[in-house]
Amino acid sequence: MSSSTPSSSAGGVGSADSAAPRRNSKRPKYSKFTQQELPACKPILTPRWVISAFMLVSIVFIPIGVVSLFASRDVVEIIDRYETACVPDGYKNDKVTFIQSNLTKQCNRTLTVKKRMKKPIYVYYQLDNFYQNHRRYVKSRSDSQLKENSSWDDVSSCKPEDMSKDQPIVPCGLIAWSLFNDTYNFSLNDQQLAVNKKGISWKSDRDSKFGKDVFPKNFQNGSLKGGATLNPSIPLSEQEDLIVWMRTAALPTFRKLYGKIEQDLQPNDQIHVTLDNNYNTYSFNGKKKLVLSTTSWLGGKNDFLGIAYLTVGGLCFFLALSFTVVYLVKPRRLGDPSYLSWNRNPGGH
Amino acid sequence: MARGRIRAKLRKSHLYSFCLFRSSGSGGQSIGGPGFSRTVYCNEPQVLNQKPYRSNIISTTKYNFFSFLPKALYEQFHRVANLYFLGCAIASLTPLSPFSPVSMIAPLAFVVGLSMAKEGLEDWRRFMQDREVNSRKVHVHNEEGGFGKKTWEDVRVGDVVKVEKDQFFPADLLLLSSNYEDGICYVETMNLDGETNLKAKKALEATLGLDEDDNFNNFKGIIKCEDPNPSLYTFVGNLEYEGKVYAIDPTQILLRDSKLRNTEFVYGVVIFTGHDSKVMQNSTRSPSKRSRVEKKMDYIIYVLFSVLLVISLISSFGFAVEIKYSMPVWWFMRPQDADEYYSPKKPVISGLSHMVTALMLYGYLIPISLYVSIEVVKVLQATFINQDIQMYDEDTGIPAQARTSNLNEELGQVDTILSDKTGTLTCNQMDFLKCSIAGIPYGVSPSEVELAAAQQMANDQEDQGELKTLVASKKEKAHKSPIKGFNFEDNRLMNGNWLKEPTAARIMLFCQILAVCHTAIPELNEETGNYTYEAESPDEGSFLVAARELGFEFFQRTQSSVFVREKYTASGKPIEREYKILNVLEFTSKRKRMTVIVRDEEGQILLLCKGADSIIFDRLSKDGKLYLEDTTRHLNDYGEAGLRTLALAYRKLEESEYTAWNNEFQKAKTSIGADRDAMLENAADMMERDLFLVGATAVEDKLQKGVPQCIDKLAQAGLKLWVLTGDKMETAINIGFACSLLRQGMKQICITESGSEDKQEVKEDILKQITNGLEMIKQENDPHAAFALIIDGKTLAYALEDDMKLKFLGLAVECASVICCRVSPKQKALVTRLVKQGTGKTTLAIGDGANDVGMIQEADIGVGISGVEGMQAVMASDFSVSQFRFLERLLVVHGHWCYKRIAQMICYFFYKNIAFGLTLFYFEAFTGFSGQSVYDDWYMLLFNVVLTSLPVMSLGVFEQDVSSEVCLEFPAVYQQGPRNLFFDWYRILGWMGNGLLCSLIIFFINIIILYDQAFRAEGQTADLAVLGTTMFTCIVWSLNCQIALTMSHFTWIQHVTIGGSIAAWYIFLLIYGALSPRISGDAYQILVEALAPAPIYWQTTLLATIACTLPYMAHIAYQRCFEPEDHHIIQEIKYYRKDVEDQHMWTRERSKARQKTKIGFTARVDAKIRLHKSH
Repeated sequence: MSSSTPSSSAGGVGSADSAAPRRNSKRPKYSKFTQQELPACKPILTPRWVISAFMLVSIVFIPIGVVSLFASRDVVEIIDRYETACVPDGYKNDKVTFIQSNLTKQCNRTLTVKKRMKKPIYVYYQLDNFYQNHRRYVKSRSDSQLKENSSWDDVSSCKPEDMSKDQPIVPCGLIAWSLFNDTYNFSLNDQQLAVNKKGISWKSDRDSKFGKDVFPKNFQNGSLKGGATLNPSIPLSEQEDLIVWMRTAALPTFRKLYGKIEQDLQPNDQIHVTLDNNYNTYSFNGKKKLVLSTTSWLGGKNDFLGIAYLTVGGLCFFLALSFTVVYLVKPRRLGDPSYLSWNRNPGGH
Repeated sequence: MARGRIRAKLRKSHLYSFCLFRSSGSGGQSIGGPGFSRTVYCNEPQVLNQKPYRSNIISTTKYNFFSFLPKALYEQFHRVANLYFLGCAIASLTPLSPFSPVSMIAPLAFVVGLSMAKEGLEDWRRFMQDREVNSRKVHVHNEEGGFGKKTWEDVRVGDVVKVEKDQFFPADLLLLSSNYEDGICYVETMNLDGETNLKAKKALEATLGLDEDDNFNNFKGIIKCEDPNPSLYTFVGNLEYEGKVYAIDPTQILLRDSKLRNTEFVYGVVIFTGHDSKVMQNSTRSPSKRSRVEKKMDYIIYVLFSVLLVISLISSFGFAVEIKYSMPVWWFMRPQDADEYYSPKKPVISGLSHMVTALMLYGYLIPISLYVSIEVVKVLQATFINQDIQMYDEDTGIPAQARTSNLNEELGQVDTILSDKTGTLTCNQMDFLKCSIAGIPYGVSPSEVELAAAQQMANDQEDQGELKTLVASKKEKAHKSPIKGFNFEDNRLMNGNWLKEPTAARIMLFCQILAVCHTAIPELNEETGNYTYEAESPDEGSFLVAARELGFEFFQRTQSSVFVREKYTASGKPIEREYKILNVLEFTSKRKRMTVIVRDEEGQILLLCKGADSIIFDRLSKDGKLYLEDTTRHLNDYGEAGLRTLALAYRKLEESEYTAWNNEFQKAKTSIGADRDAMLENAADMMERDLFLVGATAVEDKLQKGVPQCIDKLAQAGLKLWVLTGDKMETAINIGFACSLLRQGMKQICITESGSEDKQEVKEDILKQITNGLEMIKQENDPHAAFALIIDGKTLAYALEDDMKLKFLGLAVECASVICCRVSPKQKALVTRLVKQGTGKTTLAIGDGANDVGMIQEADIGVGISGVEGMQAVMASDFSVSQFRFLERLLVVHGHWCYKRIAQMICYFFYKNIAFGLTLFYFEAFTGFSGQSVYDDWYMLLFNVVLTSLPVMSLGVFEQDVSSEVCLEFPAVYQQGPRNLFFDWYRILGWMGNGLLCSLIIFFINIIILYDQAFRAEGQTADLAVLGTTMFTCIVWSLNCQIALTMSHFTWIQHVTIGGSIAAWYIFLLIYGALSPRISGDAYQILVEALAPAPIYWQTTLLATIACTLPYMAHIAYQRCFEPEDHHIIQEIKYYRKDVEDQHMWTRERSKARQKTKIGFTARVDAKIRLHKSH
C-alpha cells in the first residue's frame, strides 16, 4: 500500500512509476490526421499559374461566346405588339371599358417574315407588367386538386377563388381563374396556318401534375369572370394552355408558349393573324405581344450570353496580358526574402 | 507498511511547539447568534428535532432532468441572433411567411438542438463525475455499534466517520482522534489551495480517547457552530461533550476534498455536508470568456442587422406603395376580395405586416449556421490541441488540454503573457548546488545562469549560426543529476573526503545542522533502500538529501528524537546518533528562521538555526562573526548566480541556561490570551542570540525544461512577458537572469517604497520614480537599449491605485521586461486587469497554483500548468499544458492557425450569406415587393446546412497557411495575429463587398439570360422554378469555387468537401425531382427534364462562376505580386524548396525574422555581439 501511493517526497516530486500505466493511456495516439500532417497539396498562385489560368479562361470563353452569338443570330423573331392597335379608335382613351364590354374583340394583324424561318416556329404571347410572380398570386392554387380527382374539394389555398355557389371550383385559385384567353389564327396566302397546340407544356406536368381524370368543374361560372373558360369534358392533363399558364413566370414580363407552326416560312411571306383580343391588360397598362420565333440549339434569341462570354473572355485575356507585362516589367523573384516584413521595414536590424 | 511502523504512536505535539496550534480566540460568544446557528448532534443524525441539513450529495451540474429543457432553451435564446430566428420561426406559422414553416423551423431546431446537445453532453460528464464522487465509500458508525461502509451521498450531518490513509474526507469533519495518541493527523490540501506540503491537524484533548471503533457506541455530543461559509481558514464553534464545552478552532476541522496523509486513520464527526462544505461554498464558476474575434463578430452581426432592417424597410415601403397604387388595377389578384394584408385600402397595415415577411425573407443575411459551425469547428480545433503529441509531456504523462474551445483563435492574438514563477517557470524543485563552510566555498557544478553566461561568452567569438550549439548544449544540461534535489559536486566533501579538510569539525557541524534542524519525516523507499523525506518545503528536502549524500543520513524520527546515521567517521564505521529534540521553533515568513534545540548523546544542549542571511547575521555573537566576511562574499556570488541562499548557525547552551529559558517558554506556551503569540515570540527571540555562523547553503531553483528557449521564441514572436511572483525581489531577479528576461547592460528600473509612514509621501515618491523612469526611456537614443521594470508588492499596491495606475502602465509597456515580486494573488489579478484594460491588448496568464487562479480568470486567456501542484489553476484555466515550454507551440502554432482559420471562416461566412441573401432582395423588387422567394424552400433549407457548410468548416478546421515547422522557425509570422491582419474592418468589408458583387453578378446574369426568351431548343421559356434553380446552381458553384481560392492547403478532406458540396446539389436536385410532385412542386423532374438538356443552363453556370471569382482571383494575384505577406513568401520558399537549396539564406532569414526583441537569450547574444563589434 505504501509503495503504491504517490507521495510528495523530498524535492516535492511524486513517484512516477506507480501511475505509469494509467498515464500512458493519456498519450495522444499518433496519426497524421490528429497531428495535422495529412499530405496536402499547397498550390500557390505563381505568375505562371495566374497567367495560365486567365489565358485558359479566355481561350475557353471566347469561342463559346462566338458560337453562342452565332446561334443567337440565327434565330429569327417576329414581334408584334397589338394591345393598342386592337382597340377601336373610339375607345383609345378608355380601353378598359372596351375590354369589359360585349363589343367584338376580333382584330386583324399582318406580319411580314424578314428572314427564312425554319420549322418549328414557336408562337408565344408576351405579357408585360403582369405580376405572375406576386406572392398572393403564386400561392393561389391547389396542386393536389389538379392531380387527383379525389381531392377535388381541396381548395383551402385558393382563396378568394375557391368556391362558386358553395361548390369547389376545379381548377381553383387566382392563377387558373386569370387564364390567358386571347386566341390567334394564322393564315398565309389565305391558307390556314396550322398551329399545333400539343406538346407545348412540360411532359412531366401533363403526366404527373395534371390528372387525366380531373375535369374542370364550376370554372368561371362565378359573378366575376377572369380569363379563359375550359372545356369541362377535356381532362386537365390535356388542357395545355392551362398547364403552361400554371407554370408561373419568374418576372413581370414573360413569354409563354402558345403553339407551334410546323411549316417553314419564307422571306417576305405575309402572315395574317386573326386574333381575339379578350385579355384585359389595360387595367394595369400591360403590353401584349405576339411573338413568332425559331430556336437554335441555345433556345431563343439571346445575344447577351454570347456577349457576356466574350466580355469575360476578353477581360481575362486583358488580365493575362497585363499580368504578363507586370511580371516582365517589375518581376518579383518568387520566394525573395527581401519582401519579408522584417526586411521591409528598416530599423529592426 | 514501513511508514506506519515508523510513525506509530509518535507524539509530536511538542515538536510543533507553537506555530501550528494557535487558538482562534474569537469564538465562543457569538455562537447561537445569527450566522452561527448550526447545531450538530454527534452520532445521532436521526435525532428528530435536528434541523434538516443538506445531504451530502453534490451536484455541479447546471441542469437536472426536468430543468434541462427550459433552462437550456433559455440559454440558447439568450443570444440575440437566436431570438431573431425564433421570432422568424413563430412568424412562419402565420400567412405572412414567405417560406413554409418547416424551412424556418428546421434549421433553428438543428442549430439550437446541436448547441443543446453539446451543453447536455458536458453536463452529463459533470453528472457522471458527481456520481462517481457521490458513490465513493466511507466507513460510517451505524446503530449496531460497528462501522459499516456507506456511500458519500448517504453521509449525514452528525455521522461519525472513519477515514483511512490516502482517502479523501467525504465532508467537513470535526477531528475526534487519529491513530496517533495525541490526535495529530496530516492533511494534504492540494485541491483547496494548491499547496503540496502537508498540514497537521490536531484533535481536542477531550476526544482523544475515542480512538477505537467500539468507543463510539455511547458517544454523544453537540456541536454548535457557524453556518456554512466559504472561508477556508476560519471556523468558529464549540463542542458540548460529557457536560463540558470545548472551543473548536480550524485545526480540528478536516475539509472536504483534502486528503488524509501519513496517518493510518482518523475519526471525525460530520459538520458540513455537500454544498454546505467549505470547498463547495468556495467553488465559483469561472467567468465565461469570449474571444476578440467573436466580439467583433457581434459588431458585424449588428451591421448586418442594420442592413437587414434597411432593406426590409425599403421592401415594406415598396410593398405598401405597390398595394396602394398598383393593387387596385391588378384585377387578376382580385383586390376587392383581398384580406387585410393585401387590401389596397390599408396600405400602412400591409406595409407593416410586410416588414415581418421581409425580415424573415432576408434572414439569410444573418447566417444562422454561423454560430453552430463555429462551435463545431472550435471543438475540432480543440481536439487537435488535445491530441497534439508534441505538447504531451512524457515525464508526467499529461497532454495539453483545451478546457474550453471558445478561445482557440484568441491564442493567436496574444500580446502580453503574465506568468507565475514557481511551478511555471521553475520546477519548484531545489537542487543543493553549493555551500560555504567556515569561509570556504564548496561546489563546482555551475548553475544555469553561470552556464548560460559561459555559453554566451563562447558565442561571442562566433557568428549567430551558433544558436544551434547553444540549444544543443542546453539540452545536454537538461539531463538531471541522478539524485533529485542534489546537484552538488566537489571532491573535497564527497565520499567522506571532508574528514581530511582542515575545518572538518565545522563541516561536521554544518552537516549536523542540515540533518537535524528541520521538521521533515523520513520514508524508506523499499526498492532502493534509500530514504526520501517528506518536508514542508523543497529547500528543506534538498538539505536533507545533501546531508545524506555527505554522509549524515537522517533515517528516523521518534516522538522526541531524531536519529542520524553518520557514514564517514574517524573510526571508519557508520555510527547512529540520537539527538533528543527539546524544542522546535518553527519557520514562519515573519521570523525567516528556524531553530531546533537538541541534546546530543554526550548530553550537550545545542541550538541549531538556519535562516535568511540578514536575520542570522544580526544574531551572531562576537566570536560567531569569524567567517562573516567570507560568507557574505560567497552569498553575494551565489545570489548573482541565481541561487537561493540560507545561512546556518549554532550555539552551545548550558544546562542551567536552557532550563531557565525553557520554563519561561513553557509558561508562554500554556498561557491563554491575546498576547500568547507575542510572549512565545519573545521567548524564542531570547534564545536565538549569540549564534556562531557556520556557513551558508546555495540552492538552485531549477528552471523547467526548455523555459529559456521558449521565452526566447515567444520574445521573437513579439510577445511581452511579465513575471508576477510571490518571491522576494532578489530571487525574482535571479530567475529573471536565468530566463534571460534580464541581462547585463539592461537598464533596471527598480521601483521601491521609501518606507515612510506617511501614505501620501510614499505615493509621491513612487510617482516620482515612475516619472523618472519614463524620462529616462524618452531620453534614450540607442535603439538597442532595453529597460527592465522591477517592482515589489507593497509598491505595487500604491501603483495600482486609480490615480497612478495608468502612469505605471505607461512605464511598464515601455520596458522590455517587467518583474513584479512579492505580489499577492489579488494583485496578480489586478495587474492582469490593468494590462488587459489599459492596453486593450490580449493578455494570457499562466500559472500553476491556487494563488494564480485570480489572474487566470481575469486574463483573456488563462493557462494552467497541470503539473505537480493542485488542480485549482487548471480547473480555473481555459487551457492547460504540463510544461511552460508547450506554450510556444500552443501559441505560435495552434494559436496562429486557429486565428487565421476562424478569421477566414467568419469572413467567408458573411460573404456567402450576403451573396445569397441579396439575390432574394433583388428578386423581390421584381415581384412587386410581395415577398415571393425565387428559390424553392428546400434549396434555402439546404443552403446553409449541406451545400455550403462543409467546405467552410474544413477551412476552419484544417487550413494551414504555413506548416507547423515554419511557424516555429519563424515566430515572427505570429505577429499577424496580434496585429489582427486577417480580421480587420478592411478585410471584413472587403469580403462583404465581394459578396455584394457576387450577388449582383449572379442575379443579373441569370435574369438577363432567362428573361423572356426560350431557354431550350424546344421553345420553352423559363418559369420561376427554372430561374430559381439555375440561379441557385450558380450560387453553389461560385461559393464553393470561391472557398477553394481562399484555401491554401488541400488535403483529401478539402477536396471531398468542396467537390461533395457541389455534387450534393445535383444529387439533391435529382432526388428532389424524382419525388412526387406533391412534395417537389415545380421542381419536379426539373434537372432531368428541363435544365440538364439545356446548354444554356450549363453556360450560365460557367459564366456566373467565373465572373464571380474573377475579381477575387485578380485581387489575390495582385496582392501576392506586389504586397506579398510573410506567409506568401515563406510558402513560395517552401514550394520551390529554396530552404533546402539555399540553406544559408534560410538560416539567415530565420535569424532575421526576430522582432526587435530585447529579451530572451537570443537578444542577449545579440547584445553581446553588438558590444563586441562596437569595440
